[in-house]
Parts: sequence; C-alpha cells; structure tokens
Amino acid sequence: MLQLVLDRTEPAVEWLIRLCGWSAILLVFGIFFFVFREALPMLSGKLNLTEFFTSPQWRPTAEPEPHYGILALLVGTLSVTGLAMLMAVPLGLGAAVYISEFSSGRMREILKVLIELLAAIPSVVWGFIGYMVLGPIIIRLTGAPVGVNLLNGSIILALMSVPIIVSVGEDALKAVPDSYREAALSLGASRWEIVYRVLFPAAKNGLLAAVLLGVGRAIGETMAVLMATGHAIQIPHSLLDPIRTLTATIAAELGEAVQGEPHYRVLFVIGLVVFVLTFIVNLTADLVVKGIHNERAA
Amino acid sequence: MNEPLDAKSREKQYQLREEPTVRLDGRELFTATSVERWKQITENIAWFVCLLATLVLIVPMMAILTYLLVQAWPALSFSFLVENPHNYMTAGGIWAPLVGTFWLVWISLLIAAPVGVLAGVYLNEYARDNWCTRIINLAVVNLAGVPSIIHALFGVGAFVMFAGMGRSLLAASCTLAVMTLPVIITSTREALAAVPMAFREACWNLGASRWQTIRTIVLPNSISGILTGVILQVSRAAGETAPILFTGAVFFSTLPEHGIRAFFPYGLGDRCMALSMHLFTLSTQVRGVTPALQYGTAVVLIGLVLAVNSLSIGLRVYLRSRKKW
Repeated sequence: MLQLVLDRTEPAVEWLIRLCGWSAILLVFGIFFFVFREALPMLSGKLNLTEFFTSPQWRPTAEPEPHYGILALLVGTLSVTGLAMLMAVPLGLGAAVYISEFSSGRMREILKVLIELLAAIPSVVWGFIGYMVLGPIIIRLTGAPVGVNLLNGSIILALMSVPIIVSVGEDALKAVPDSYREAALSLGASRWEIVYRVLFPAAKNGLLAAVLLGVGRAIGETMAVLMATGHAIQIPHSLLDPIRTLTATIAAELGEAVQGEPHYRVLFVIGLVVFVLTFIVNLTADLVVKGIHNERAA
Repeated sequence: MNEPLDAKSREKQYQLREEPTVRLDGRELFTATSVERWKQITENIAWFVCLLATLVLIVPMMAILTYLLVQAWPALSFSFLVENPHNYMTAGGIWAPLVGTFWLVWISLLIAAPVGVLAGVYLNEYARDNWCTRIINLAVVNLAGVPSIIHALFGVGAFVMFAGMGRSLLAASCTLAVMTLPVIITSTREALAAVPMAFREACWNLGASRWQTIRTIVLPNSISGILTGVILQVSRAAGETAPILFTGAVFFSTLPEHGIRAFFPYGLGDRCMALSMHLFTLSTQVRGVTPALQYGTAVVLIGLVLAVNSLSIGLRVYLRSRKKW
C-alpha cells in the first residue's frame, strides 16, 4: 500500500526535488535581496557614498550630524586579513605539501584528522582564545598596552583560515597525476624538485583557489575578530594598534541600532560591502578551479 | 666480474645514500657530485620546513586545548552542566544555554536536512549538465562562502522582519539552516556519486522508475555517507554565534532545572540562550565572572563540537573500511 502511494506520487516528488535543487539559487538571491532591501532607503540618496568610502570617521550615533565613514573599518578588515594571510599561506601550503608529499599511510590520516579538528573549533572559541590566552602573552612579550590588537587578531585569523588552505591545497596536489611524479623521478629529481618544479606549476590553479578561499573566510570572519582585535576605530600604524573590522562593527552595533533608523540601515550597507567583497573572492576562486577542469578536458 | 647485486647489497646501497661515496667489495659504485649533494641538502631542508609548518599548526593547538582544559578543571562537574547561570551569570552552570543550543541545532537540522538531501539528489540524479545546473553549482559554492554575519543580516531581514517571526527560536533556527544547507548539499551529492552507476542501471533494467531507483537503491546505499555530512553540520551549527546573535538568542533566561519542562522549555516563538553566545557574553560583556566559569563554558562547547566531529570522522573511517564495492 505504502509502495503504491510512494510510486503514485512520483511526479509530485520529482517537482519537490527539483524545487529543493533550485533552493540554493533562490537563497543566494534571497540573501542579496533582503540585505539590499534593508539597505536601500539609505543607498538611495541619504548616504553620501564618497564620504562613506573615504572618510575614517565612523560616528553613527553622533548628534546632530552622524558620520558614516567606513575607511578605517575597511582598512582594519584588509590589514588584519592581509597580515593573517602572510602567516597562513606559507604555513598552509607547507603543511599541504608535507601531508601530501612527505608523509604517508597512517601518519597522513592522523594529520588530516587533526587539521579537520582545527577547522571544527567554533569562531567564538577562537575569539575567546585570542582574548583570554593570546592577549596576555602578547602584552608580556611586547609590552603593548593592550593585548587585543591587530597582531592578535591576525594570528587568530591565520589559525582559522589555515585548515581550508591545507585541505583544498592538498586536494590540488593530489589531483596531479602520479605519472608526472614518476616522470620527474625517472629523470633523477629529488622530492623537493618534484614539488617545486613539477607539482607547483601543475597545481598552481588549485593552490591559488586554496589561498583565495582562505582569504574569503578571513574577510567574513566575525566573532573572532570582534573579540580579538580590540575594537578601536582607527587606521592602524603598527602591529600593536587595536583596530575594528567591517564585520565586527555589524555584530557589535546591530543589537543597539533602532530598527529602520539610518544607523541600522547603514549597517546593512556595510553588510552589502562585505557580501560583495567575499562574493568576488569566492567567485574568483571558483573560476580558477573551473579553469583547471577546462585545461584537463582540453 | 659484473655479477648482479643481490637484494641485500642493493638495500645496503640505498641505505648508504647519504654518504658521498658508496662502495661495494672495494669497488666504487657511486660517487655523489656536488649537484647530488646539493639535491640532498635541499630535500632535507624542504622536508624540515614543511614538517615545521605542520607542527606550528598542530602543537600550539594541542597546547591551547590542554591549557583551556586545565583552567576549566575547577569548574567542570555534573552540576555545572545542569544548573542555570545565576547571580548575574557570575555563578552557577550552563543548563539554559545548553538546552537552547540543543533545540536550535535540532530545529535547524529538521529544516536543512530534508531540503539539502533532496537538493543533493536533484544535482546528482536528475540534473543534466547544462547552464542551469552550472548556475546551481555556482550558487551552492557561493552560498557556502557567505560570511556568517551576512547570514545574520539575512535572518534579520527575511525571518525576523519580513516573515514576521520576530526574534525567536524559529527565526534563529531558520538562519542556521540556511547557513548549513550548502554543505549538506555538497556532502549528499558526494555520497550519492559514490554509488556505482551499475546499481542504478540494474534497477532501471528491472523496470523501476527514476524515483523508485533512488528510493530503493541509491539512498539506502548512500545513507551513511549522507549522515556523515549531516552530523558534521550539527557541530557547525552548534558553534555558530553571529547568525543567532540578532535572530533569537538572548543574553539571559532561566529554565526549570527539573522535570519534563526542563527538556521542552521553549515554544517556537520564544527566545533562548545558546552556548556559543553565552561564552561570548561571559567573556566580554559581564564583569566579575570567575575565569574557571568562562574556561568551563569554552571547554564544554569545544568538547561538544569535537565529539560530534569525531563521531562523523569515525563513521567515515568505518564506512570506508567496510565498503562493498
């Protein structure tokens, strides 16, 4: 009986499946639409876009003239991301090479699981580690007045974005056919020469995608940078200056902003900026990966 | 005089590779030139640097986790888990946040798992390779890359405001569901793709329709792989903070600690505490909290997430070991 019902409803089920399949498109547009919808009244006229992007003054609650300039926040996001990548890219690619080329068997599995667990630690816990553990260490080592600053935030961000660089990078190295390695070996190449002269050129797109995905993750990260970067609106001059990022601003102020007020809507505009930034980075990563497939097919 | 080298001396020769000259019975078999020595040195350096990079990632993580555990040790006890926070959150346990996280995760999973699995089925079983499918794939990839704070904004705009749910358990769960969806889709798809085509063909040959094949052959053969992906999402949803911050989580509420109401304390329209947000509140918003309480909360959250993750990894290893095809 149940069989019969299940079989009779096949057309309906197929439509349901199709609908679910399209849900991803729907949601991407939905996200853009709803964030845009809240931001729109501000975008259409009230917000001076030149000031928005070039002024470092972020005083959304100042009376009578609030200032909405995100330059300092944008520089904050870019500097913490850039610094994090300076640490994460060499570490991530080094670890990816080690796991994929220099280790084998059980060791490789263990390392992969450990990296996966590193990826599983929630961002709020990373923020907590930056705030409670790394902060005091930085104060003791450098004598900085506050431990939560640019350096702290970027170390935490680096640790958070490394797992994705390692796993995507390792996949890219593994995707290079073994015949390439064997050919190099037969010519007398050492393992390092294989990595440097054969694998890096062959897997460069995949490795680039790995780095870009890491960047995407770092730009969008919220809780960790909220807790670990010190939350001071300024353009940083040294590693030990506290900063604030775009994402942290949204997280810190959305709760206080009155719904429908300009301040609230400006936060959605910042959301749009973050969304577009990460969208571009992720799209580029995706196109780079697609580039590999096409090359392979050709 | 050129007898072939037997296996043992061959092995010896390899073992002696690091010496500049390899000799056998007084004959010089091989002398390393400067090029070869240089190769050996660079190889060793590269090996060491890569090992160092790996260790720099793993050793501090282990050290930090151990440190957290040591700091949290005074607070960890059974009553820490089952007591509500009290005295303005400076004492007591984490019962209310724990229950809140549990319900948030379950409801988000109830929403995301069916949609995600069916979407995976569509992409792997129905979709042809055309532009429409390519756009869906692009959408899934980009949805996975959307930052959590944007999900929060979307949740506020779509669920809290537009759908009129207000700040509630339901709105927060929906937001979490949207966030976990792309990964469920991707992992389901991979699990389905691992089922050999021959299984489907055999089933079609018996006259089964597409849906019958999926229902009776494809899904049962990939259910464990699908589960692995879904379980992984539980851990991700449990740890997220930003998406629930403005959609339904609340700084403080108490729950009954005893009886049946302790486990079903919420309606869908209520707001609830959550473990991840509780950790954020305890460490940055409230003064006078003993560190052990903060570390304890962090350790429980990490423990929860890692336990769920290990379950998923264990399941995957087990499945790989008993794969039938």
